Amino acid sequence: MIKQHSRTLKLLGCLLILWSTTAYSELNIQITGGVEGAIPIAIAPFGWEGNTSNPPLDVASIIRTDLERSGRFNVLPVNNLPAVPTDPSLIKFSQWQALGQENLVIGRFQETFPNRFDTAFYLFDVFSQKRLIGYRIPSSKDDLRRMTHQISDMVYEKLTGEKGVFATHIAYVTLSRDSNRHPIYRLQIADADGYGARSIVASRQPIMSPTWSPDGKTVAYVSFEHRRSEIFTQDIWAGKRTSIASFPGINGAPAWSPDGSKLALTLSKDGNPDIYIFDIKTRQLHRIVKHYAVDTEPAWSPDGQTLVFTSDRGGSPQIYRVSVNGGSAKRVSFQGGYNASADFSPDGKMISLVHRQSGKYHIATLDLSSKQLNVIGKGTQDESPTFAPNGSMVLYATNGGTQLAAVSVDGRVHQTLTINADEVREPAWASN
Amino acid sequence: MNLFRLFSLFILIGLFSACSSTPEKNDADNLGALSVPDANTQGLSELDRLDGSQLTEILPYEDNYGVQGPAAEPGEPLSVRVFYFDFDSSQVRPADYEAINAHADYLISNPDSRISLEGHTDSLGSREYNIALGEQRAKSVAKMMRLRGVADRQIQTVSYGEEKPVAFGNAEYALSQNRRVEIIYLR
Repeated sequence: MIKQHSRTLKLLGCLLILWSTTAYSELNIQITGGVEGAIPIAIAPFGWEGNTSNPPLDVASIIRTDLERSGRFNVLPVNNLPAVPTDPSLIKFSQWQALGQENLVIGRFQETFPNRFDTAFYLFDVFSQKRLIGYRIPSSKDDLRRMTHQISDMVYEKLTGEKGVFATHIAYVTLSRDSNRHPIYRLQIADADGYGARSIVASRQPIMSPTWSPDGKTVAYVSFEHRRSEIFTQDIWAGKRTSIASFPGINGAPAWSPDGSKLALTLSKDGNPDIYIFDIKTRQLHRIVKHYAVDTEPAWSPDGQTLVFTSDRGGSPQIYRVSVNGGSAKRVSFQGGYNASADFSPDGKMISLVHRQSGKYHIATLDLSSKQLNVIGKGTQDESPTFAPNGSMVLYATNGGTQLAAVSVDGRVHQTLTINADEVREPAWASN
Repeated sequence: MNLFRLFSLFILIGLFSACSSTPEKNDADNLGALSVPDANTQGLSELDRLDGSQLTEILPYEDNYGVQGPAAEPGEPLSVRVFYFDFDSSQVRPADYEAINAHADYLISNPDSRISLEGHTDSLGSREYNIALGEQRAKSVAKMMRLRGVADRQIQTVSYGEEKPVAFGNAEYALSQNRRVEIIYLR
């Protein structure tokens, strides 16, 4: 049975303007479609003991939203909860069994000292009445939201066997226009659910191609702030940045090696766009792909041994694969006259890409061994696919749009994130 | 969803000033311990003493990049500063030869003048691939000028790909207006 969910949460976030560049952003999660065999789960509101009558965070509703948006769960609506147990001793399993709920999350939290919180949560198998997870987690107020996403991650992993990605970050570029219609480009980072969006770079000239270091601490990107392209790396917390490449011509498409020690880049300093590998420590540069055609958009395989990239050497843009030691490149995409912007799945078995079909640009996956290409995106002007760190979803941009979209790799579950800007583009999902 | 709005306020107080470290995880009521993946929450507190603030400062928009360059009446070849291209093509249209040659001749007789050729594309397709296409367009114009005798040092090229459109939307007219090379005189 295929469950149909359709749900919109509009959350007005970021009202606090701690930086002049951080206006509010609006999060809009929309889930359409669902998966066969979604796991039934109920999440009871957490109990709260503290100096305020309301808890600082509705922990249970965040967990509920996280699990719902994954498409893997059939979450019992809060109005249908038969009871609100906040301690294992208060659970009457028959109530939940009667509703066919296989899993139950309960919990409570309290403020133990000013700004110190203690959260206990439990995941129960309703039918066996067994406790699958039980934790007490101390945290500061500032950690509560992240801690909540971690609870979601633990529940998700326990029940699906796959790592959760709710506590990860995304980066993307926004374009807004001031009252004179002049552009402001921003590089922003946010929680994976779009919360807490914050600018780390703002410029009157284009910003492009953000990409995360594997440890999630640094972002590489392209900036045109000096009226030419230049690649920077930037520590996302301290703001410190380093210029990596500012050669004549194109400095573009940075991609971090899985071990974090190198960046693959596109440079045209030697004539036309070719793929280079830049060693971050030694600052040495090696050309990996040399061809008179356009070669760009490198992406590393998870084992760090090969790169895929876009090349028009065959007459139209297609994806090719080459060893990081150089040598000859092998074409991997064959279907259609336009395939570009590849990203590797974390297991290295497939790539996501932009695929043109009858003049429309779709997000697709390409299985590298079977060569099977599947269009999974919904739009017709889509671009910049990026895999979730657990490989379950692909996040992408809709050209000229104010939304980022995500789709499960099987193409069944779709969701959108509305970002408060005139345009949002080039999402990049941090790998941890 | 009003609750959410309220919560988001609290959330953000947390997120923006967050001093976050991997929360210690104790076993609830001493149940069997499970290992928990560490959160990557390093050093949000560093924001308090960060120095990336200059990177998020919005500078005034610079309206007058470049200089005026050669004066020309409308209709004269030198008055043409933008050259348009066909879809996915970097071939200069024959209709533009006259204007490109006129600019080349001006540069030859004014060896102190320099130009930037800025290549642009429509919004279709991948952004980095469009950067490459925009560069090919700028280089096509540059090549014509060099063949006519303009010195290398007088010409620089830059590609903005699809990042700086002059027309918006996906209608063919807007797309065709964005597939262009602009001549900017630098001094």
